[in-house]
Amino acid sequence: MTLLEIHEPGETPLPHAGEGSLAVGIDLGTTNSVVAIAREGKPAALHDETGKAMVPSVVAYPSSGGVLVGDEARLLMPQEPRNVVASVKRLMGRGAADLHTVAGVLPYEIEPGTGETDMVKLRIAGKARSPVEISAEILKALRKRAEAALDKPVERAVITVPAYFDDAARTATRDAARVAGLEVLRLVNEPTAAALAYGLDKGSEGLYAVYDLGGGTFDFSLLRLEKGVFQVLATGGDTALGGDDFDRAIAERMLAERKRDGLDDKVDEAAVKNALALARHMKEQLSDRDQTSGRLELSGLPSFHALTRTEFEAMIEGYMKRTLDIARNVLADADMGVAEVQGVVLVGGSTRVPLVRTEVARMIGKPPLTDIDPDEVVALGAALQAEALTGGGDTLLLDVAPLSLGLETMGGIVEKVVPRNTPIPVQLAQDFTTYQDGQTAMAIHVVQGEREMVADCRSLARFELLGIPPMTAGAARIRVSFAVDADGLLMVSAEERTTGVQQRIEVKPSYGLSHEDMADMLYDSLENAEADMTARLLTEARVEARRNLLALDAALAKDGTLLDAAERAELDQGRARLESAIAGDDRDEINAAAEALETLSKPFAERRMDRGIREALSGKSMNELESRVGE
Amino acid sequence: MDHFARLGLPAALDLEPASLDRAYFALQRQWHPDRFVAKPAAERARASAEAAALNDAYRTLKDPLSRAFYLAELKGVELPGDGKTIDDPELLMEAMEAREELHDAGSTQAVDALAAKVRDDMKASLNGLGSLFLAGDKPAIRTALLRLRYLDKFAEEARARRMNLERSSA
Repeated sequence: MTLLEIHEPGETPLPHAGEGSLAVGIDLGTTNSVVAIAREGKPAALHDETGKAMVPSVVAYPSSGGVLVGDEARLLMPQEPRNVVASVKRLMGRGAADLHTVAGVLPYEIEPGTGETDMVKLRIAGKARSPVEISAEILKALRKRAEAALDKPVERAVITVPAYFDDAARTATRDAARVAGLEVLRLVNEPTAAALAYGLDKGSEGLYAVYDLGGGTFDFSLLRLEKGVFQVLATGGDTALGGDDFDRAIAERMLAERKRDGLDDKVDEAAVKNALALARHMKEQLSDRDQTSGRLELSGLPSFHALTRTEFEAMIEGYMKRTLDIARNVLADADMGVAEVQGVVLVGGSTRVPLVRTEVARMIGKPPLTDIDPDEVVALGAALQAEALTGGGDTLLLDVAPLSLGLETMGGIVEKVVPRNTPIPVQLAQDFTTYQDGQTAMAIHVVQGEREMVADCRSLARFELLGIPPMTAGAARIRVSFAVDADGLLMVSAEERTTGVQQRIEVKPSYGLSHEDMADMLYDSLENAEADMTARLLTEARVEARRNLLALDAALAKDGTLLDAAERAELDQGRARLESAIAGDDRDEINAAAEALETLSKPFAERRMDRGIREALSGKSMNELESRVGE
Repeated sequence: MDHFARLGLPAALDLEPASLDRAYFALQRQWHPDRFVAKPAAERARASAEAAALNDAYRTLKDPLSRAFYLAELKGVELPGDGKTIDDPELLMEAMEAREELHDAGSTQAVDALAAKVRDDMKASLNGLGSLFLAGDKPAIRTALLRLRYLDKFAEEARARRMNLERSSA
């Protein structure tokens, strides 16, 4: 293929940048973040003075000024809840519609976006801040920690993202690193990084699954490990499912209990934050014991709440089931059965919940691997990859595009150009054509998702290819190319092949447009496969029928005189039947009406062809020329 | 360069998955963008294009069905576009009957049985296809591929049907 548009990643390494500086691996998590470094294939997490590797992903803008990150920020939560932000990763590349509430209240104060492509902003300590700049504060703190521990400047990093992060969230993560003064060597998918840490550690070979349940995201990936090659076969997940959801369930329950007991709370942002913090603590306690209790104080009124592990497990059962459904679908995508899986790696703090462990073990039929700390394993893998990228190394990571990428075609149908689980980097192209005679422009709408109809997918970008020379419908050849780079970022270009009119865009995602999140979309696509297919067939029938009507109208306008009044009336009647069929929802009727119209118009088509032949011959002989003049 | 040549493999339907993987991994070791992080932009661009072409070749050849279609294209076998009507009346009849059977299958077991039948059928068809390619019998290749395309679609429909049955029984 010659039409390759190579997208240059934004962070072009300068010739001398980073010499003498070190490259680290960073797991920028929803709840906690970790920075690690690898030397000669041995990764280690970097600790603070007290020996802790984990930095809570919490940022505070205290009323006294300055910025706090981590434990210090978390400590400020009870006193200044409005100045503290947690779980900001959930907002990366998201619009307000993607956010979850507790008792109808968000644990954030949202700044309305200024346009449809605006990422949500938070109002903290009286100032609007984007998730990108808040994440950048966490990255800066990690960078400082690394520089203190290593006593050298740190300017380059491999940063991990959930495999299921879409283009918007990946771009936002890359931007945050830039704000923090870090050059991103590569965005690596979290499950892949975890596998890297395990594989190199254990020298394992074969098929492995990674079940990664973090604070706010879930990923399930299937990898093949073979002689230093880490090949991702399939991946799936939900970027809005994690331990935070467990916390929310407990918090909702406590607020409901207070209401039941007659406490008239004004549930505001601060109340929600406090309830969530207590819920989280109770959840963690239930990992080691059968029951726990907590004291919640809102507006000076205390309440006491008891929770057993059995109750808690009943509350999160729906989430668990969903993760297992996703896991099964990933296995089906890779055409693999559980029997072929040699081991399953547990990643993410939420896999400490006992129910998660037992359910995963039951599904895979093997006890999960947990010997590397699930909180650190992703950062360790990222550190290994950072070393491999800067110092060389023999491992090779072959990753995939997590979500299908496609274009809107006539009738709102999605034409997939890059199917999910396609190995990246990749450049794939598809040819499209014009629909109407003389059409000179074509709208290109790029979408991400698994459903058949555009309305059910996430809209990534729109642009228009102009200057197509007027031709008959179907004559133009418009080639649309999708290039996904090794970071999973997309670039789209379009070209009219006969004239070379070209247009190229870097996809700038429309953050705020989606009302469903992507994971829901994938989930829905499986649930709605049958209905989708019916909708698609119906739309295709309509599009085809309209195309025929357009062609017939063009022919009638040109050669209508070939028909007598009765024939014309008959044809108009057939035409009207097809029109009304198109307006209805019965695919069989559309096809039947189209067929009937085709039969009706056959004599007309034959006469047109005869005339065409006659015209083509005209001018060839004097006789015919004379007869033409005589017309 | 065609996909077989790119991976240094003979253009044949018969292809050991292990040898495809071996060839692909070896070339990706050479061209994957991860190996070019510190290189000048032009070299990185070249590597990215090579790696992309390798990925395209690999995913096309890995699946026996897409490999068969690709090989047919290389050999100049003309096939109607995907989604076009079936022009073989016998196949049309078979397809309609099978669809009816699937529609009537009321349990996951019944759907599984149909899916298993289709899988075996596909395997047999693919096995037979190898010799047709060797003989260069284009009309027979065309007929066999159209049937395979239909079987593949049917398998997909069976999967969706099974999922719906599972969901409604859960």
